[in-house]
This record gives sequence, C-alpha cells and structure tokens, in this order.
Amino acid sequence: MTLEPSSALSIRSLSKVYGNGLVALNSVSLDVMPGDFFALLGPNGAGKSTTIGIISSLVRKSSGTVSIFGNDIDQNFSHAKQCIGVVPQEFNFSVFEKVQNIVVNQAGFYGVPRHQALASSEALLRQLNLWEKRNEPARNLSGGMKRRLMIARALVHQPKLLILDEPTAGVDIELRRSMWEFLTEINRAGTTIILTTHYLEEAENLCRNVAIINKGEIVENTSVKKLLKQLNREVFILDVRDELSICPVISQYQLRLRDSHSLEVEVEKGQPLNDLFQQLAEQNIAVVSMRNKVNRLEELFVTLVQKHERQERVGGGL
Amino acid sequence: MTITQQWIAFRTILRREITRFTRIWVQTLIPPVITMGLYFVIFGHLIGERIGQMGGFDYMSFVVPGLVMMAVINNSYSNVVSSFFSAKFHRSIEELLVSPTPSYIILLGYVAGGVLRGLVVGGIVTFASTFFTNFIIENPWLTVFVILLTSSLFSVAGLINAIFANSFDDISIIPTFILTPLTYFGGVFYSISMLPEFWQGVSQFNPILYMVNAFRFGFLGVSDVNVNLAVSGIAGMLVVAYLFAWYLLQKGRKLRS
Repeated sequence: MTLEPSSALSIRSLSKVYGNGLVALNSVSLDVMPGDFFALLGPNGAGKSTTIGIISSLVRKSSGTVSIFGNDIDQNFSHAKQCIGVVPQEFNFSVFEKVQNIVVNQAGFYGVPRHQALASSEALLRQLNLWEKRNEPARNLSGGMKRRLMIARALVHQPKLLILDEPTAGVDIELRRSMWEFLTEINRAGTTIILTTHYLEEAENLCRNVAIINKGEIVENTSVKKLLKQLNREVFILDVRDELSICPVISQYQLRLRDSHSLEVEVEKGQPLNDLFQQLAEQNIAVVSMRNKVNRLEELFVTLVQKHERQERVGGGL
Repeated sequence: MTITQQWIAFRTILRREITRFTRIWVQTLIPPVITMGLYFVIFGHLIGERIGQMGGFDYMSFVVPGLVMMAVINNSYSNVVSSFFSAKFHRSIEELLVSPTPSYIILLGYVAGGVLRGLVVGGIVTFASTFFTNFIIENPWLTVFVILLTSSLFSVAGLINAIFANSFDDISIIPTFILTPLTYFGGVFYSISMLPEFWQGVSQFNPILYMVNAFRFGFLGVSDVNVNLAVSGIAGMLVVAYLFAWYLLQKGRKLRS
C-alpha cells in the first residue's frame, strides 16, 4: 500500500510494540482527507492514544509510515509538525505559567513571531471565553477552562490538521455543546479535525467519517452515514401522556412496558412507524415524545468490537 | 524550520526560562547571595583574618573567585535540572516535543537560561564581595570566557541529569553527593599546594579544580594548575556533554515512549 499524497493524514502499516511486549498497534492503515471531521473510536487500550502519540512524535513507532499533508514524519519532520496541532487527553502545560503566556510560547516554538502570536492568542482566547483569565496562572482555571486552553494552544500556529484526544472528557454538557460548536466552526473554515472520543453521540453529531479501532487493529473505516445504515434494528422509547397499567398489544410490533408512562418498541430497519402510531391512537394511547433507547453509533460500536473479538478468538483457536 | 523561526523558538525558550527564575526570585536569586554572604563573613572575614595570606593574597581576596565560581556552578546546574525535570514531570515538555523546534535549539535554550541565571547570581555575589575586599580583575576576558564555559557545562550537565531523573529525589542526588564534595575539594577555600603530595595528585582528577583555578587566574593572576590545560579541558568536556545531551534529546530518551 502506498501513501496517499492528497490525504491530510496517511498512515500505512503502522505498528507499535512497547518495551514490555505489548502490541499497541498492529499494521494500521488509515487515510483522512483534507477538510474531514474524522472520528477515531475504540475502547480503552485500543490504540487510539498510541496512534495520536506517533502522529505527534511523542511515541516512537516500531514500523510503518505516517504522512501529514504529504510530509513524511521521518523524512520531512519539520513540515509535518507545522501542519498539526494536538490537544492531548491529559493536561500537559505548566500550571504556574500564565494562560496567555502558555499560548504565546507555543506559537514561539513553531517559529511564529511574537507580535503575531500575541494577536492570534488574543483572538483564540476571546473565542474560547478565556480572555478574562489571560493573566491568571493556569492552575486557577477550572477543568473545562484547562481543556479550552489546550485547544487555543493547539490552534495558535494555525495548523491544517487538528487532533483532539477525548477533548470533552469530564466537561459538563453545556460546555461540551459550546466546544462542539467551536470545532464545527473551525472545521467549516477548512481545518481538518481528527477526534477520539468515548462519547459516541459526539462522533455521530460532529463527524463525517469514522474508524473503529480495537486491540490495535482497524475493524471498521467508513462514513458515519454508511456505518449507521448497518443497523438492522433500533429500539425506541415512547413516552405516553396517560398512565398505563398493562402493556398494549400491537400487531407486528414488539412492545414492552418500561414503567407506567413509557413503552419500549423494537423496530426493524425499514419498518414504517405510521402503523404503530395509528394502532396506539386506536387504543387511546397518546405518545408525547420518542427517543432512541441507546445511541445508535454506540450500538454499532459494541456490535463491531464484539464481532472483532469473536473473530480473534476463532482465529486463535485454529 | 527556517533560521529565523529557530531563532524565535530559541528566544521563546530563553524568555520562558528567565520568566521562571525571576518569578521565583526568592528561591532562585536570594538564597545563593545569602549563603555566599555568610561565607564571606565567616571564612573570609572572621576566620580569614587569622589565616593570613594564601597564594600571595589576603585570604578574603583568595576565596572570592572560588565562591563566585561555586555560586555560578550551583545555579547553572540547578536552574536547568529543576526547570527541565519539572517540565518533564508536568508533561509540559510535550509542548516542545510536538513542535518542530530542533533538539539543538531546545538544548541551547535551556542552557542559555542556566547560563543567564549563573551569570546573574555570579554578578550579585561579585558585587557583594566588594563590601568585604578590594580587587582588580587581572584578565577580564579570560574571566568571562571561563565563567561562560563553566556555566554552559553545568547547565548541560543539569539537563542530562533531568533527562535521566525519575523523581525529584534523583535531581538532588548529583548536586548533594557529587557536585558539592567536588566543589569543596576543588580549591575554592585553599590552594592545593597546601596539601600533602598524594592528595595534590588526587586533586588533579577533580575537574572543578581546573575551573576554579582558571577563574582565579582571570581574577587574581594566580593558579594551582596550567590555565591553558584547564580552559581546553573545560571546553572539551562541554563539547562531549553537549553532544551527549543532544543525542539524548534527539533520540527522545526518557521523553518519548
């Protein structure tokens, strides 16, 4: 397989074996196109952070190649690094430094002149609602502010590719939504974004393409739309207006009474819901709201990871 | 990175280092001055008056270059070892590692920070010594050259120590168990000509003896060792230490997994 020169990120046969013998990545190949909003999903220990670590040069690869906007990280180290901004999973700044200094210094490490770095840092800190805290030591920031600070720091040299390793972990819902808006905005402005996350709702809402990694191997790499099409059935929760004492019987649908005010219904792919609502109306049951029981992507994710693990067990037994 | 970008990166590291040691000036700049002031009072003034002359100078004048050098060595070393290890400990070193800043610029930036702190403390200690004795610097260029070489060498050594250190205990082992004894036995307080012949020979293996004496030669024009050999030796050690530190950074030893 050859590197895809037009990709924002092109990974070929990437492997990583740690000193203790742990195989973190096993011949991973992946392409992310410019302008994409890409999700890298996987359970804990799947190899997501190792992949990001190799791309950002914090982890040494055992074999394989990585190219960022056509710049091989081994042969064209400086150009490759200029193209990326990384928001790691854990806080990695000096808590004693002032907020703006952290951002301005990072620009300096990329060779951005100080006057330009000051202007860019101001714009980013304002956008991320941190400007009022610019002269505070970073230790005085809340967890959510620290995450936003790392995003500002990663963007200050205007990278073409932004990589975020679980950026909304431990962030409250309101702040998570505002971070989603911010990321969507910069993606629209042309920045390619790669995101790892445990919140599958995040990937479903933000990302166009997705790769699922498990035990160091890519088990799925497709668009979110195509992936969701693989769902054969969905479970919906229907909230009803009036109290129910028994579960209604509706032909062709399997219903279950969750509690006195909600029902659970399993629907096959392509099965229309009109008939269900009609039959419920005939029984004087008024549905006031409806939602998915579990996140759709989450369901697929679990299915794919379990399938991969079953295949591995069968392969191991041969 | 272009040369201009590398220069910006270097200046950024240096500015950050200056900000760090001036922010905590009570910990970084004041203690060495107090310590050296006590040395001046006790060894130079109170005890020194009873000692009389050493190397052709009154004892106070004799110990001043050694004490200045001791302050420069300790501060250059401790600045880099604590700054770099803290960055490693808090993982803020990753800010530099993910950037395109080349290893030699990272090294030069930290070393420049260590040298600068060494020079600031050395300057303050020299100024403080003028309250206790009068002296004229015999060879200012040599004095400056030796102080720059020595502070660079110990800054690089501090960085190497920080790379290998796994805990804050590890960054105090070398200063406590190696640097301090070598400094005290390195001719700061005495001329090795006072020692029995055997111990004079043993002292020749102490690298700090050459640094203190080369510096004292610049200050007073007297030395227990060959000054050319001393300066070449310090320069040689600096080159070896610099290349080793650069190799460690380049390979990401204990920095990249």
